[in-house]
Amino acid sequence: MDFMNPRLPVGDWVNDFLTWFIGAFQWLLDIINFILSGLYEVLYLVFSSPIYLVMIIILAAIAFFAAGWKVALFTLIGFYFVRALDQWDNTMSTLALVIVAVLVALIIAIPLGILAAKVSWVSTVVKPVLDFMQSMPALAYLVPAILMFSIGQTPGAVATIIFALPPGVRLTELAIRQVNTEVVEAGQAFGASSGHILSKIQIPLAMPTIMAGVNQVIMLALSMVVLAGMVGAGGLGGAVVGGIQNVDVPLAVEAGLAVVVIAIFLDRVTAALGRKTPIERARKAAAA
Amino acid sequence: MSVVVKASHVYKVFGKRPNEVIKRLEEGADRKDLTKLGTAAVIDASFEVEEGEIFVVMGLSGSGKSTLIRTLNGLWDTSGGSVEVLGTDISTADSSTLRKVRGKHVSMVFQHFALLPHRTVRENAAYSLEIQGMPKNQRLEKAEEWLKAVGLDGWGDKYPQQLSGGMQQRVGLARALAAETDILLMDEAFSALDPLIRREMQEQLVELQSKLNKTIIFITHDLNEAMFLGDRIAVMRDGRIVQIGTSEEILTQPADDYIAEFVQDVDRTRVLTAASIMRETKATISIEAGPRLAMRTLEDSNSSGLLVLDDNRTVLGMVSDRNVVRAAREGQQTIADIVEKTDLFTVRPETPISELFAPSSAAKVPLTVIDENQRLLGIVPRVALLNSMADPGPATGEIPPVQEASEPVVVSPSAAESDSEDGAAFTDEQATPTEVADASADVESAAGSADEGTGAATRGATDAERGKH
Ligand SMILES: Nc1ncnc2c1ncn2[C@@H]1O[C@H](COP(=O)(O)OP(=O)(O)OP(=O)(O)O)[C@@H](O)[C@H]1O
Ligand SMILES: [Mg+2]
Repeated sequence: MDFMNPRLPVGDWVNDFLTWFIGAFQWLLDIINFILSGLYEVLYLVFSSPIYLVMIIILAAIAFFAAGWKVALFTLIGFYFVRALDQWDNTMSTLALVIVAVLVALIIAIPLGILAAKVSWVSTVVKPVLDFMQSMPALAYLVPAILMFSIGQTPGAVATIIFALPPGVRLTELAIRQVNTEVVEAGQAFGASSGHILSKIQIPLAMPTIMAGVNQVIMLALSMVVLAGMVGAGGLGGAVVGGIQNVDVPLAVEAGLAVVVIAIFLDRVTAALGRKTPIERARKAAAA
Repeated sequence: MSVVVKASHVYKVFGKRPNEVIKRLEEGADRKDLTKLGTAAVIDASFEVEEGEIFVVMGLSGSGKSTLIRTLNGLWDTSGGSVEVLGTDISTADSSTLRKVRGKHVSMVFQHFALLPHRTVRENAAYSLEIQGMPKNQRLEKAEEWLKAVGLDGWGDKYPQQLSGGMQQRVGLARALAAETDILLMDEAFSALDPLIRREMQEQLVELQSKLNKTIIFITHDLNEAMFLGDRIAVMRDGRIVQIGTSEEILTQPADDYIAEFVQDVDRTRVLTAASIMRETKATISIEAGPRLAMRTLEDSNSSGLLVLDDNRTVLGMVSDRNVVRAAREGQQTIADIVEKTDLFTVRPETPISELFAPSSAAKVPLTVIDENQRLLGIVPRVALLNSMADPGPATGEIPPVQEASEPVVVSPSAAESDSEDGAAFTDEQATPTEVADASADVESAAGSADEGTGAATRGATDAERGKH
């Protein structure tokens, strides 16, 4: 190798690795594909089969019970507006994809965050990996994702999961570590098991911060849907990509606005859920 | 009495290299020189706490009290040495054994309360019971009872943040008491309370302890609290236990200047008892003796009156020099006819000296200390009482005679000295009639029954303390 003109073929190595990986773990990829696309299909079916007015009312009801009448009113108007933009189906598709990606991301992120808070070497290992995942441009995930799952919903979902995962892990770890050690000691001092301490003391007290992490995961996932559209995930992302390719300004703007409506809806509802945790209720009682 | 908590050479070092720190400390290094290697928070602590004892650990902030108490229930591993609780070695126990010991035998009150902020006060008080597996309704009911016991009736539905610090402290207390363990670890459990409630809680704790025979390890930096509560007190300084003893021992025989200085401003009248300042007396006479023997005894003991005893040393009364002389002149055979009871004031050995001042100032003769069978144990001359208020020099148990305490009637210095040395009972100084008709009437009625008198005095003193705080 010429040291004055170095060229490390890292990309080739990764490519070789991927080829090998896909060959060796095809079964694993198939399972992942099956689960993710299956979940998506089910959710999309649920969201898109009722007539749109029923769906709007259901969403508004969720907003009402979680966040109160203001958010409910916004939901009514916002989603009616989406329908008026002729983006209803795309919006439901995107909503389903985001929810699947977020659920999977949280199922990985929260236990991992808890583990990192409890076991210091896990934390040491996880931190640089998360840094890497977050600083890598999101687009770069798409190509290997296509390689592994070909085009469709799954590569979009996988790329979204990887991209949205880090704040979930980080904030969960932080949240658990932040819990007053003396309160944890109180649990220990009265003979509580570590499972009891985790579920009855640490998680409830960490909940507001964990919910902030959930909120961030959702927002990051939404920001990925446009990219997901590029790999054939369809939905609002597909509409935006189509708008770009055909220089179809109206389409791109309308799809973009629909994304904004989903974003506000999800943000307000999850933030309100964060305020419904027992510790927040106690704080509110104390402030009153 | 059995030992329930036993600490042997316990070390706790925070930092990366605890073993090295311990080795260097054992070699005689100062912990200040080892801060780079680690913080030695507890150094070579050994003590035993017996069943039913209130063992107080006292020391300034940062002396390692909280660290020490946390090693006792295994919240923190010891870096060296071992801790035994009810025969279980805490330092080597596995986690399920630890959990069992904590759940059943040792509960704790935390310095900073450590309440669960997301649960109501009642749920917090019930927490120990929840872990013990008690059904919900039952444990909440029980928690309510304990809340009542600590004076938090009606606060059960609030959240901890809605309570003042002192009230939160009491929730922590209720939580620990509800566990009904036989050992209670209390880390500055009363520090956040205001003086009135604090006093009340201290009294409640003592009462609870004597009723339920709990073993209590109590941490405080308040000397008065330590003295009031502690059967024995361990004084900590810079991680080491520098002295363990009863409050009287700490007060009268401080191990070093540090402790002597520390105890300087304690209210010693609450700690010292009649027993600790009483003297023996030679100024006694048998009821069967004649006036001539009485006169000789008076002369020998250099006093102006004698305590009259029967064969069992039961105190029957006193005779004054004037009456003895008169009886001798009139040729009486015994002193039985001239025994007076009116001026005698008897106290019990455990009476705190704070309760002796009032009777002593009114009495013409020294207070007489008797046991429960009315037998003479000793006397408390007024001068001894006044003396007890002065600071002892380091490591002195004897209370030196103080001359300025003498009354106007001239007593030569040498006489005063010999008086207090052989504990003469009825010195001129004391016998000088201090025309207090009302007071002596009071004393008379009080002296009628020693117990009654002490009881009244106790109440009075308690009220006085309340007012003082
Ligand atoms: N977790 C810890 N890590 C490192 N050092 C500690 C830790 N806990 C306590 N220390 C140190 O140990 C020493 C003793 O602390 P400790 O809390 O036992 O004192 P204390 O006697 O309870 O004081 P206070 O009256 O203020 O509560 C202090 O120097 C403290 O800085
Ligand atoms: Mg402390």
